[in-house]
Amino acid sequence: MAKMMYRDAIRNTIFQEMQRDERVVVLGEDVAGGMGTAGGPEAIGGIWSTSVGFYDAFGPDRVIDTPISESAIMGAAGGLALAGKRPVAEIMFADFIGVCMDQLWNQIAKFRYMFGGKSICPAVIRMPCGAGYNAAAQHSQMISQFVTNMPGIKVVMPATPADACGLLRQAIRDDDPVVFLEHKFLYAMSGEVPDDPDFVIPFGHARLARAGQDATIVASGMMVSYAETAADDLAQDGIGCDVIDLRTTSPLDEEAILDSVEVTGRLVVVDEAPPRCSLATDISALVAQKAFASLKAPIEMVTPPHTPVPFARELESAYLPSPAKIAAAVRKSLEYR
Amino acid sequence: MQLNREALTRAYRQMKLIREFEERLHEEIQTGEIAGFTHLYCGQEAVAVGVCEHLTDRDKIVSTHRGHGHCLAKGCDVEGMMKEIWGSQDGLCNGKGGSMHIADIDKGMLGANGIVGAGAPIAVGAAISNKIDGPDAEGKLAVAIAFSGDGACNQGTTFEAMNLAVVTKAPAIFVFENNHYSEHTGVDYAVGTTRDIASRAEAFGMKVWRADGTDFFAVYDTFREVLEYVRVPGNGPAAVEFDTERFFGHFEGDPQRYRGEGELDRLRAERDCIKIFRAKVGGAALLDEADLDVLDADALQQIENAVAASRAAARPSPENVLDNVYISY
Repeated sequence: MAKMMYRDAIRNTIFQEMQRDERVVVLGEDVAGGMGTAGGPEAIGGIWSTSVGFYDAFGPDRVIDTPISESAIMGAAGGLALAGKRPVAEIMFADFIGVCMDQLWNQIAKFRYMFGGKSICPAVIRMPCGAGYNAAAQHSQMISQFVTNMPGIKVVMPATPADACGLLRQAIRDDDPVVFLEHKFLYAMSGEVPDDPDFVIPFGHARLARAGQDATIVASGMMVSYAETAADDLAQDGIGCDVIDLRTTSPLDEEAILDSVEVTGRLVVVDEAPPRCSLATDISALVAQKAFASLKAPIEMVTPPHTPVPFARELESAYLPSPAKIAAAVRKSLEYR
Repeated sequence: MQLNREALTRAYRQMKLIREFEERLHEEIQTGEIAGFTHLYCGQEAVAVGVCEHLTDRDKIVSTHRGHGHCLAKGCDVEGMMKEIWGSQDGLCNGKGGSMHIADIDKGMLGANGIVGAGAPIAVGAAISNKIDGPDAEGKLAVAIAFSGDGACNQGTTFEAMNLAVVTKAPAIFVFENNHYSEHTGVDYAVGTTRDIASRAEAFGMKVWRADGTDFFAVYDTFREVLEYVRVPGNGPAAVEFDTERFFGHFEGDPQRYRGEGELDRLRAERDCIKIFRAKVGGAALLDEADLDVLDADALQQIENAVAASRAAARPSPENVLDNVYISY
């Protein structure tokens, strides 16, 4: 084990996979940085510092610094994957999915199915996402609701440095396209990461982050640490919560959710995306359909309101779910008779 | 026209096969037996064949919604394609793709595409892959080709792809087939330039070529030059614009009210790449009429067989809906 930040876990995992498998290539805006400038290549190493040193180590063929052209990045990732490479593309902010949706949704996601299973598309699309930096409406969004809805795409939302490592390695070695949603606010999170260069976390298996008998809290990405804080606060009052970290929203570990709700009878779903047609509503529907008899109270959803992400500190704080809002939702559920 | 008899025979056979494939589909679609949207390549055969006759399986192509010609020219199985269009379980894509999504990765055919302009970025990705793989023993790179129509040249994706190819010096070739119609709209209206499509590519810093797309020999000879240039490591991408004609509508069922009076008859009489080919090889005494007639009959028979096989082919079962996905709910 080594202690490192979430961003370094991501950087090191890609670096190791590039050393291990020459088919792995990186592409995106400023993944080297400084191309065509006096500062020269490697002036940046990715604006999230997730590809520092890559250009020097692997050169321009495998560290493809692109113009600001998200559709071309996404499409080229698809073409590289169809041609036998294992591209790891960075869309600098997940919000830019709007610029390149066709290449993800109509192309990469569908190749395997449309072509009758006769192709694979092992492309990893890294999308730094989420709020918390007062980056306003076009640089702060959670987009899990769009990509989880796309058949053919696997969707990963790591909540810890160790998970970022194990899930990213799985993503790179996976034969299906993967959208890897890195929460920007987690980049500086520190944690223990296994040294094993083959450490992978299989998709579709949730992590039980906290265990308790009274309520189930389901969360993903940054919301997991909020849910953990809420659960720890509630534990002070003798209220025990299961905190289920989904890890991957597609495939979804239905069993982990249902098993927990069958014990607790109370469900709080936390989601950073807007409140309609989202993971929160999807998981609520799942539990209502498959664990209805176990429910002792209405399902609670903790989500932002149905607005764009606001800029001002006070407004963004009000917008986002928080440990206090999650704890309040658990208490509301427990008070239901 | 330095082609030997064997090469000429092969080129004509391929063009004729595409022509008969499309003419037959035009008839069959009217019976209602074939489902969905179909866009026929009839009239443009010299482009697909004149380009693909130069390629190997290492070279990749990405096609368009009007993709049958590119698929056949790149070596996709005729019967597998026909079965796919019929929606058979035995089709090239098990009936999952249909006319607009035919692909054969092993042949370097990375897919027709239902989204106009979507192919160019994918082709650039494949070209970057070829660049990474490096040159062969003769020092030549495999290439990746984006077929685009005059419609696709107005999509931002095409612009982004051209720029990315130039920036990365990817061995990509942008083949613009200007058939003068973006769906139902004339090229003079929709392509906002006083110059041609090739000039747009040139503005991205690419070397470009132009040729008459109804003349197989013009296409073939021009494309040889394009290919020789792009196969050299370090040269980067190139583009070529072929002036060609579309004999049918944008899609099958298109009433084509935008056509001028007698236009289609004139195109068939004066701008038919197959007629032009026959006249040229006949005039130069390279292949005689009897040879060509035999090839015509062969092509017809191949299509006849493919249609018969498609009618008899296995249909997919409802449970096949769930094949080829990693999870289903």
